[in-house]
Order: sequence, then structure tokens, then C-alpha cells
Amino acid sequence: MKGFLRADGRKGIRNIVLVTYLVECAHHVARAIVNDSASDNVQLVGFPGCYPNDYSLKIMEGLCTHPNVAGVLIVSLGCEGFNREQLSNTVKVSGRAVETLVIQQSGGTKKTIAAGLERVNELLVTAQQTEIVPMHMNELVVGTICGGSDGTSGIGANPAVGHCFDRLIEQDAICIFEETGELIGCEQIMAERAITPELGEEIMQSVEKAEQYYTQMGYGSFAPGNAEGGLSTQEEKSMGAYAKSGSSKIHGLIKPGDIPSQGGLYLMDVVPDGDPLYGFPNIVDSAEIVEMIASGSHLILFTTGRGSVVGSAISPVIKVCANPETYENLSDDMDINAGKVINGEATVEQVGDEIYQLVSQVAEGKQSKSEELGHQEFVLTYKKFQPIGPSCLPTVR
Amino acid sequence: MIDNRFVLLNKKDNVFVCCKQILAGESTNLEEVDVAMTVDITVGHKIARKAISKGEKIIKYGVSIGSAIKGISFGEHVHMHNIKSDYIASHTRQSRTEEEL
Repeated sequence: MKGFLRADGRKGIRNIVLVTYLVECAHHVARAIVNDSASDNVQLVGFPGCYPNDYSLKIMEGLCTHPNVAGVLIVSLGCEGFNREQLSNTVKVSGRAVETLVIQQSGGTKKTIAAGLERVNELLVTAQQTEIVPMHMNELVVGTICGGSDGTSGIGANPAVGHCFDRLIEQDAICIFEETGELIGCEQIMAERAITPELGEEIMQSVEKAEQYYTQMGYGSFAPGNAEGGLSTQEEKSMGAYAKSGSSKIHGLIKPGDIPSQGGLYLMDVVPDGDPLYGFPNIVDSAEIVEMIASGSHLILFTTGRGSVVGSAISPVIKVCANPETYENLSDDMDINAGKVINGEATVEQVGDEIYQLVSQVAEGKQSKSEELGHQEFVLTYKKFQPIGPSCLPTVR
Repeated sequence: MIDNRFVLLNKKDNVFVCCKQILAGESTNLEEVDVAMTVDITVGHKIARKAISKGEKIIKYGVSIGSAIKGISFGEHVHMHNIKSDYIASHTRQSRTEEEL
């Protein structure tokens, strides 16, 4: 396996130039720059709101200094609240190339697009000079999410990803699973897997927080399609989702944008702290994918039953489909047919090994289906978090 | 022995999960007992492995996934119409369920 070596020592599996807009008002200009560049390696991310938000800044910093990212063009309107100076400085400190264009200071739409295209082309040239070095499994960060789950997800795809995670963690990779709101009902068994009792207590509290938060929202993390696919309750969905975590010990509890430094399994607490302030913890799967990427995920394993088709900017998304009927229907979008488990054609371990192989291949440059199809979904909205507690990242192994 | 259209995920479970669609009126043999489906059962849905009384826990993956809100007979479809979460209410496309939130 080979990686793109960044100045901060991190290694990426892709070599992307990121164009980020800092307010919706700069979205069109940023998108035009990306479209005009006509390169798959120039990708668009951004933040819609005009009000500043610590969380969004932290996530954007994590994305712009992600190991898959070589350089960044920041597109600002000029009067929005986003702290563009801090973002630019963080990227610069990481050793990555960074340029900022402020539309109000650059003569408006046309001139900024033209200037942006020039900058992006320069950033692409710089990116091409990135040193390529050997990279090992213990330098890989893999996140997992489920979306469009149904009654098959917990039988085929999720336990197969769990098996893949166990194999990755044996090689000392970092693996992240998430959505504490989709783990309601699993808190006790998760806590027992924590490497310290104090971490177990933190995990219990994070799920309790999720339950309270979702109760106030009036909905669990449970979509109509989940029910149509045979799932009846939040805890049933949770038990299926939980299987993605495999059987390794849980090494830590992180919040979005926190980057683990040691190999092992980490739970991401995605539910905001304090009283509900900005709405649902994550409005859609893509918001969770973005958080795992901000925490360093080089690639994402996405399990589905109903059939999600999303991908992501920055990191490849691999689709693992649990439902054999969905696989047949949406095979162009699915990387792995975990429906073989429910059909009795393969074991969970066999499908898990297949996922592991594909993780290696995609890390080596092979495009995942969503990547090939050009999916680069991105969602980032307002949230509020307190830093993690002292027991969340125990150093004992 | 069960019909290969259903799977028992854990021996403690009181539900089977459907692996292959079975239509209303079709019969299946579950652990030596014949039973006819009263509704279409599609992939991923559950049916009762035994008679379940109101208030009893629904066991899947060997753990509780909720409680029966009415009596459920052997072979009957187990879903939101007869079970509920012990944590937080589920919702459908039409509206929230009327369970307490």
C-alpha cells in the first residue's frame, strides 16, 4: 500500500484539492470553480450559515487538513461570520497549500471564478508533486455508518463489517463507529467492552444523552423506510447497527473532529451537548460521514438494506448491501453483496473478508462504486459540543 | 428445522426473520409446526416463533427489542402494530405513532 505523504506526517489514500465555501452566498462561485476545473480531484465542501460556530470551524479544520487533502481554496463572500483567518492558518500550519478568495474583494462572481480556477490549477500542480511513500494498515483510519437500514442489515452487512473491523484492528488500524442515538438499547453491552470502567461509564452517559435528546426532538433515529424494511423499534435497529462494531474492545469515546492517535476501536458521540439547540443531531447520513472524515477516516464502510446511493467528498465510501433484493435492484451502486449471507450463499466471515480485501484495494487507489459514479455528497450544519471528558481516551491498552 | 424462507438468529429469540418473501395464505413449517401466513411477509420482517402475550419482551439477536402491546399468536407478523420500543417511539411516513414520547 502507498500513501501521499503530507508535511505534517500524515498519509492519505487520495490526493485532493478542496474548494470550500464559508457561507451559502459563496456556494455558487465555489461550485463553478470546481465544475470548471473538470477534475475528479477537485472537490467541493462548504458551510451554509452566516453565524459563527465552533463545531463547524473544528470540522472544517479537520477536513481541510485531512490526509487525503493536498491543498485548499477557501471561498468567502466577505461579510459572513466564519473565521476564515483561523481556517486558513490551520491549513497553513499543517504544511498544506492554501489560498483564500474573498468575493467582495475580488470583483464579484465572474472575476472570482476566473481567479479561483487559476488558483485551483496551481494547487493541482503542487498536489502532483506530493511524495508517495509506503503506507501500512496501522496508518489507516476507517469509519462505518449504516443508512437505509432494514431487517436484513443486522444479519448480513453489519456483522460482516464488524468482522472486517476486527481484522483491521488486529493490524492496529483505527476504526470508528458512531451514532449513539442508533445505539440506544446497546449501552450496557458496549460499556462492558470498554477498556476501562470509567470509559464504560462515559459510554453509558453518551447513550443516555442521546436518548434524552431524541426524546425531546420527538423522533428517534428511525426513518419510515426502516419500518417498511421490517424494523419495528429503535432498539431493534440499534442491535443491528451495533454489529458493525465487531468484537474488539472499545478504546475510546470521541466527538466529531477528534482524531484518535492509537490503533483500536472508537465510538463517536455525535449527539450535541446541552439542551437541543439547532435541531436533530445529524439531519442525514452524509452529516455523519463528514464527521467521521473530519476525525481522519480515509474511507467509509456504508451498510444499507433499503439501498442508499450516497458517497462523499474527500474519502471514498464503500457500499455493503445486506438485502439481496436491493442488491439486485441497485447493483451499479453497491460494492459488496452481503445479501449472500441471508441467501445462505456465504458466511458473515466470508463477506467480512471480502470487505477487508476491498478496503485494501480502495486504499491502494481502486475507485469505489460511489466514487466512480461521481457521488460527493456533503452536509455540515450547526452543532454544539463540550470537549470529551478525561476518561474518554484512556492511554492503557 | 425451519423453512429456509426464515432464519432464527439466536436460540433465545421468540421471532423468526424472513429471508425470502412469503405471501398471505402460503404455509410454512416452523420447528415441526405448520402455520399459514395471514399477511404477506417480506424480507427483513419478523413473525412470532411462539404465542407471545401482551407486555412480554420481543427477543431478537438474543436480546430484547421491545414489548408486545397485544397478544401475538404463533406465526403472526410481529411489527409496529403489535410491539413497541421500551425506549423511544418509532414513526412512520404518515405521522408519529400515538405512543407517549
